[in-house]
Amino acid sequence: MLAFASRRILQTVPTVLAVVLLIFVLFSVIPGSIISSLSDDGRGPMDVQVVERMKKELGLDDPVHVRFTSYISRLAVGDLGTSFRTREPVGSMIAKRMWPTLQLIFTSMLLAIVLGIPLGFIAALRPGGIVDMASMVGAVSGLSMPKFWLGLLLMYLFALTLGWLPSFGYGDGSLKYLILPAVTLGVSPMALLARTTRAAVLEIMTADFVRTARSKGMSELRVVKWHVMRNALVLILTTIGLQFGALMGQAVVVEKLFSWPGVGSLLVDSVLQRDIPAVQGSILVAVFFFLAINTLVDLLYVVIDPRIKYT
Amino acid sequence: MSTLSTVSTVLAAKWRVKLRFNLVVGGTLFALAVFVGLFADWLAHTDPVMDANLLNAEEPPSWKWWFGTDAQGRDIYSRVVHGARISLTVGIVSQFINSIIGISLGLTAGYFGGWWDDFVNGLTNLMLAIPSLIFALAIMAVLGPGLTSLLIALGLTNWSFTCRIARASALSLKTQGYVQAAKVLGYGDLRIMTTQLLPNMLGPIIVIGTLGMGGAVLAEASLSFLGLGIRPPYPSWGSMLSEARDQITTAPWLSVFPGLAIFLTVLGLNLLGDGLRDILDPQSRSTRV
Amino acid sequence: MSAVPLIEVENLRIDLDAQGKRVPAVEGVSFRIDRGETFGLVGESGCGKSITALALIGLLRRPLSIGGGTIKFEGQDIRKLSTSGRRSLRGNRIAMIFQEPMTALNPVSPVGRQIAEMFVLHKGKSWREAKQLAVEALAQVRVPAPARRVKDYPHQLSGGMRQRVMIAIALACGPDLLIADEPTTALDVTVQAEIIELMRELCAEKGTAVLMISHDLGLVANVCRRVAVMYAGRIVEERNSDDIFRTPSHPYTRGLVRSLPRLGSRAAHGQTRLQEIKGVVPAIAHFPVGCRFNPRCPEATDICRQVEPAEELLAAGGLVRCHHHG
Repeated sequence: MLAFASRRILQTVPTVLAVVLLIFVLFSVIPGSIISSLSDDGRGPMDVQVVERMKKELGLDDPVHVRFTSYISRLAVGDLGTSFRTREPVGSMIAKRMWPTLQLIFTSMLLAIVLGIPLGFIAALRPGGIVDMASMVGAVSGLSMPKFWLGLLLMYLFALTLGWLPSFGYGDGSLKYLILPAVTLGVSPMALLARTTRAAVLEIMTADFVRTARSKGMSELRVVKWHVMRNALVLILTTIGLQFGALMGQAVVVEKLFSWPGVGSLLVDSVLQRDIPAVQGSILVAVFFFLAINTLVDLLYVVIDPRIKYT
Repeated sequence: MSTLSTVSTVLAAKWRVKLRFNLVVGGTLFALAVFVGLFADWLAHTDPVMDANLLNAEEPPSWKWWFGTDAQGRDIYSRVVHGARISLTVGIVSQFINSIIGISLGLTAGYFGGWWDDFVNGLTNLMLAIPSLIFALAIMAVLGPGLTSLLIALGLTNWSFTCRIARASALSLKTQGYVQAAKVLGYGDLRIMTTQLLPNMLGPIIVIGTLGMGGAVLAEASLSFLGLGIRPPYPSWGSMLSEARDQITTAPWLSVFPGLAIFLTVLGLNLLGDGLRDILDPQSRSTRV
Repeated sequence: MSAVPLIEVENLRIDLDAQGKRVPAVEGVSFRIDRGETFGLVGESGCGKSITALALIGLLRRPLSIGGGTIKFEGQDIRKLSTSGRRSLRGNRIAMIFQEPMTALNPVSPVGRQIAEMFVLHKGKSWREAKQLAVEALAQVRVPAPARRVKDYPHQLSGGMRQRVMIAIALACGPDLLIADEPTTALDVTVQAEIIELMRELCAEKGTAVLMISHDLGLVANVCRRVAVMYAGRIVEERNSDDIFRTPSHPYTRGLVRSLPRLGSRAAHGQTRLQEIKGVVPAIAHFPVGCRFNPRCPEATDICRQVEPAEELLAAGGLVRCHHHG
């Protein structure tokens, strides 16, 4: 098992390298515009000498492979460069914002799992019933709804009108600040999970081995507990893994909407201000995180489904 | 006909009702959005960008201003109507680009195999390793805001699913008898791919295309909301919501209508896609009775 | 003949709800099985034999339902039992094994656990005791190295092994009746004989009655003492297995017997074609008027096309449903 785990982790290395390369290529296309974007902050054309000095400082005149090697070597020690905007090291900027983002993402996912899966189960166990119809309509709606719209509506209702919850920000980090953003972000994974669970359970309920279980004289409850759940879990886990990626993309929007001080809003602000090192750093961190989650899900998969051979 | 097949026919009848619902409602919503987008100039009451009269600023919805006005005094209804044109254009065009890229890469990868297949696979894995919205953000960072960069960003980041499907179809179809027959007759590879393989994989691709359009509309709205896509004063639904956020205490109605428009359009596309999937791609049904 | 038959089915009707209409898929089916007896139910696919078995064990699901008749187990009408009453019979007194052993077992649960479930469910054993009993059950069905096999998953076993596991599960609680629905159809020919032999021996040992369902008349005639032939939802003939093979009364049964290739027939009769029964089995909602077999029957006459024949008792024992039985 350990051997398999290490092999699986090693398999991500080429992807990681490819992503690093891709990011580098993407952002090295714009050396010229880095300078022009710097001077875009309205202070008038910059002094030629200053431009030259910046170019040297950023190593923009060196040939590509030299820049790449220095980029990799800096990356290897965790140096993500310095922000254009704040002159802070990007690494520490991101580090400060990691925890709020993690809070947001994991809480939303948790919400989605805790609410979505049981909903899907109930819908499947009584197909065609009220819960089924209502939850499936709800699911499609949840998937179609733009998060920032939902967020705005929730914000208006619960914060501004009813005053139950704060309308934006992180505040003192207490739970009430987390609620609105987490719910907003969690709605669409919940919808998708409900749908996937329903489909998985329906498919399993008509499977032969469930008929065998019933023929043993088991009550429906036992059939579900002993036989259906584990099999459904296998199918649901894939969805959860895939959802993390989508969740990260959408977290960016939710963070901006609620002024949530996470990596996502950092990314957006940096893009708006053409703060290239910050953009680069945030994206790299986001991608690494995503790959880590995926690998974890893959390993979990092997534990749960005995049909997967890991020799 | 055995008992079992009769039983499954009966069960099938139940989901046909659901199918009709999906197709009818979804198709109607989508058609409505397209109609509004096409005839925006006639349906709108005012010019969405130029007609801004500060004296009319922040009026709530009324008979004169159907959806109310915004902080600049512009008619929200007219802006929403024109927004349809922009959002749908981006949705359709970017999905079209996605499909072209996905099909070209997937079809050739499945058909030719070998190192090209490995390369495409690696590329697809790379794309799937990066959340698409984040990747789109990165590209927008490089290209700057605006409609063209939006189209490029969205078109370049969402082709992975189409590619996978095209590749899988190509792999299974290329061993079919009629493909071998075409080869024996001396058909060139390109001809085989376009005339024999492509028509047979259209089903799933249309489904993904429809659902993908919904995703593209959402993505455009998100990017515009963040200030990176279509920027004010142009009436993109997303950027309208971004403005609405600032006025939420004084003019809450601003938050309702653009979002509703996005919701209904995407809902229509999703329902339509689900319905099409049940017809065209029965093996991956997401809903069952 | 013992006093109360184990199973007594009278006039069973099973309905199918198709697009708002109720159509009988199985009608007027009556038979009995005594304690320890082996009884066979034969017919082509679609004749209703499988759903009859499902009705016996109470596993019919929508849109199928029992529309009439009685099913008595030890004299008690099981249709009148409560849900939990019926459930206590299932697995415990009446057990069933199915055709496809691969899909019939839970893929993510070790086979030992699936056997142990029976003891926990019906005999009130703890999991630890049950697991031990599972090992013994595996040994009984002649699985080598049972203590190790108990931990295996279904996909790690061959088809024959899996069917042995199914048998172990079914016989775990010592049921009075074992229903076997095409138990060997999905298995290799060489394995088929072993499984049949195993079933025969174990059931004889424990005094378990067997209801064997198959499309293979030869197999059933070999294993069972009495055989009933079903066609289009009705029993058309029921005889002792020797008699039904040597002197079939119903034209359909005759067709079935004739269509079996016989060892040594070429030496005896020269090269002849395999005899087939012309035509296809009718669909449930479209049974022919009169005798349901008449479109395919070489001996059909006018009365066959108008009047459905009733069951007639034969002098030599058994019954047949035909206007022209021989």
